[in-house]
Amino acid sequence: MARKLAGLAVTLLAASFVIFGASYAAPGDPVTFLAGGKENLTPEYLAAVRAQYHLDDPFLVQYGRWLGGAVSGDLGRSLQYNDQVADLLAARLPSTLALVGCTAVLFTVLGVGLGVLAAVRGGRVDAAVVAGTTLATSVPPFVVATALISLFGVRLGWFPVMGGGSLWHLTLPAVTLAVGALAVVSRVTRQSMIEQRELDHVTVARASGLSERLIVVRHVLRGALGPIVTMCGLVTAGMLAGTVIVEAAFGLNGVGSLLVNAINTHDFPVTQAVLLLMVTAYILVTTLVELVQPLIDPRARRPA
Amino acid sequence: MLLSVEELTVEAGGRRPILREVSLTVGRGEIVGLVGESGSGKSTIARSVLRLLPQRARVSGRVLVEGDDVLAMGPEALRGLRSSTVSMIYQDPRSSLNPVRRIGDFLTERMVHTLGRPKAQARATALELLAAVGMRDPEARLRQYPHELSGGMLQRVVVAAALAAGPSLLLADEATSALDVTTQAETLALLRRVQAERGLGMLFITHDLHLAAAFCDRVHVLYAGTIVESRPAKELFADPRHPYTQGLLACTPDLGDPRPIRPVPGRPPSLDDAFDGCPFAPRCPHATGRCESARPEPVTAGGGAAACHLLEP
Amino acid sequence: MTAVATLPPSTARPLGHHLATAFLAVVVLAALFAPLVAPYEPDAVDFAATLAPVSPEHLLGADQSGRDLLARVLYGARTSLVGPLLLLAIASVLGVALGTLAAWRRGWVDAVVGRVTDVMYAFPGLLFVVLVVAVFGNGMTTAVVALGLAYAPTIAKYTRSVAVAECGKPYIDAYRVQGMGGLAICVRHLVPNMARPIVGYLVVLFGEGLMSLATLSFLGFGAQPPSSDWGLMVKEGQPAVVQGAFLPVLVPGAAIALVVVSFNVLGVRFADRLGVRGS
Repeated sequence: MARKLAGLAVTLLAASFVIFGASYAAPGDPVTFLAGGKENLTPEYLAAVRAQYHLDDPFLVQYGRWLGGAVSGDLGRSLQYNDQVADLLAARLPSTLALVGCTAVLFTVLGVGLGVLAAVRGGRVDAAVVAGTTLATSVPPFVVATALISLFGVRLGWFPVMGGGSLWHLTLPAVTLAVGALAVVSRVTRQSMIEQRELDHVTVARASGLSERLIVVRHVLRGALGPIVTMCGLVTAGMLAGTVIVEAAFGLNGVGSLLVNAINTHDFPVTQAVLLLMVTAYILVTTLVELVQPLIDPRARRPA
Repeated sequence: MLLSVEELTVEAGGRRPILREVSLTVGRGEIVGLVGESGSGKSTIARSVLRLLPQRARVSGRVLVEGDDVLAMGPEALRGLRSSTVSMIYQDPRSSLNPVRRIGDFLTERMVHTLGRPKAQARATALELLAAVGMRDPEARLRQYPHELSGGMLQRVVVAAALAAGPSLLLADEATSALDVTTQAETLALLRRVQAERGLGMLFITHDLHLAAAFCDRVHVLYAGTIVESRPAKELFADPRHPYTQGLLACTPDLGDPRPIRPVPGRPPSLDDAFDGCPFAPRCPHATGRCESARPEPVTAGGGAAACHLLEP
Repeated sequence: MTAVATLPPSTARPLGHHLATAFLAVVVLAALFAPLVAPYEPDAVDFAATLAPVSPEHLLGADQSGRDLLARVLYGARTSLVGPLLLLAIASVLGVALGTLAAWRRGWVDAVVGRVTDVMYAFPGLLFVVLVVAVFGNGMTTAVVALGLAYAPTIAKYTRSVAVAECGKPYIDAYRVQGMGGLAICVRHLVPNMARPIVGYLVVLFGEGLMSLATLSFLGFGAQPPSSDWGLMVKEGQPAVVQGAFLPVLVPGAAIALVVVSFNVLGVRFADRLGVRGS
């Protein structure tokens, strides 16, 4: 446990270091880079940027200051919006979290469902599920997004095409994100269930007269839960990065589209903050998934 | 008769059937041994009694439990049979229990989910059963997971679960083979005790002829899917008639027995070895031309029967 | 124990396999001979044909600027295929070198390579690439190099696992006993012997690389106008969707999807044949 948390801290530090240090990798004086667009380069402005980033301090001091600020919620000021980055994030985060939440529910329910179906039915159903989900992973999300917009948004007019705010607006984006995840989750579910089904204790349960439905629920699926939960957790964690694409495709005002705009407008404080947020969330969720394992599998618990 | 297997033949794609015209019976209060090498089909017999055969298997013959044919009954009757009439005990107790469920779940599952008993009552029964199989502190055991118990304790749990629904027939499939010697003895004593107390019929499957002879009332020796000798245990041990049985007894050393150890030559037949005559003929020291070509029928011998041309009058 | 019924191994469907091969062959040929086959220049603007539907003049229609979609998609095959090829080249040179080094030296070198890989893995999806693009600016070169860097750890990890197994084989010791230097053994014997599984793995990665690169172009980080890269075409076609014209999006979108699907169909079989483990 302590080891895991230490590893978590080290990885977080390293990642934040990469994110912060990246500005120094840029060609030329960091101040020009951090100042963004070329037309802004008045001496006063450059001085302001220099002051904001404390560019005259040694590199490590700057990093420490930035990290300290980030931990206490001060992520600096956006060059583009002239606003606190933390406020920008706070305004955008709910919509992104709602999107990730909807997607997670969608792909967990459908993915596990399809996986169970494929494993239990076998034969043609199995082949169809495997083929369908493999096909689904082969189509990039932004293509899925545009196809869904064309069909359900414009042609059929069932869903709003752009913008966000309601669950209704989130449906197509969530479906887009879920399509890619579906294949991974259903494949892990199917594989894990097939492995569990072959175990002796399942035959023992069958020999004790338990119905097939109960065997699947109480033994096969229960035994397969570990890998399924891990995969769902990992996919959800990665989903934060996936929102970048989907929010851009659907014009949602979330953290992902904030990142794309920040990059296109050379708004580096915002870029850094969003990346730090996404990486932190990703690492936290993946660690959480590991910590949950002992709850699922008693064998992973340390002897008290 | 409690269990009556009649002319059971099971084929599953090999060049010879897994079982060929096997007939045996188990009465109430009787322990019947079934001895054979691995691959001889002994587990398939136990599985047939619960109809746990591979989907593609072709089966003929009858398996009667309390007069009903297991192979022909409907799904409801089959579940009834599995849940309340016949219980099976397996070789490896550790793989018989779901590792992520508590011992209590394992014990009460059958009672709650297939027999529909209330949970509290099932729990009380589970406690009684654990006490009956000699487990200390049954309350605490119910909350434990399989990996927290030793193999011997787990086998007790498995025996307790087998008794949960008050069955009349126990199938013990190599129930003690995976345990070390002392726990093996404890488990055998336990099986004998519960069998005697409850008047159960038991089909005791093992590869150990000595063990079977000591533990059972009657013993069937199985070779390549056919029963080659069926005798009362004591007579079989004292005076084996079939060359295979003789060979089996000769391969184990005995204290104070001056006979040299003689392994049975050759290897156990696989499902791809087909036989026109006696399946043991290729490994039999006494085989004649007739053994290669004609299949021997069982003949009466020493209180039972053996299928060997040499014994024919 | 009784033999448990096992299903026969799933029979590969040769039809899908042939279709995928044929389709990819057509795409490669189109990329090679785009100037000969394309009916127009890819950037020939013709406002009279704005959002033209499918017609004899424009077989796949035209986009908002009246540029012929067939011509653009044919030319686009070039960047869309060469890009992933380049990024995989960068990634495999780096990855194979690092992976082999880690497996050969073990000890602290292995630990350092492992740590670097872990930090890269801390960036989910394309975020590492996005960071690089944010620093070095948009453009195809940046995108390809950044993706190459992002894929390198994956390949390094895979190479390391293969190389560790390979290093345990007696022939390596035999060369060492003969006094051959470590570098020479690695370059002349170890790496060539690992070529099969690594190439198989690269085939599996190609579809993913194509998807990632197209995604970057779609976000505006990769190919820049007037390129007819497929990802960029989808991005540029998006506004037309709201006007009810789907072709500018569907044509390049379908091209990406079909190429990736074909590649995955072939990649899986190819990887099986080349003995890629655990992909």
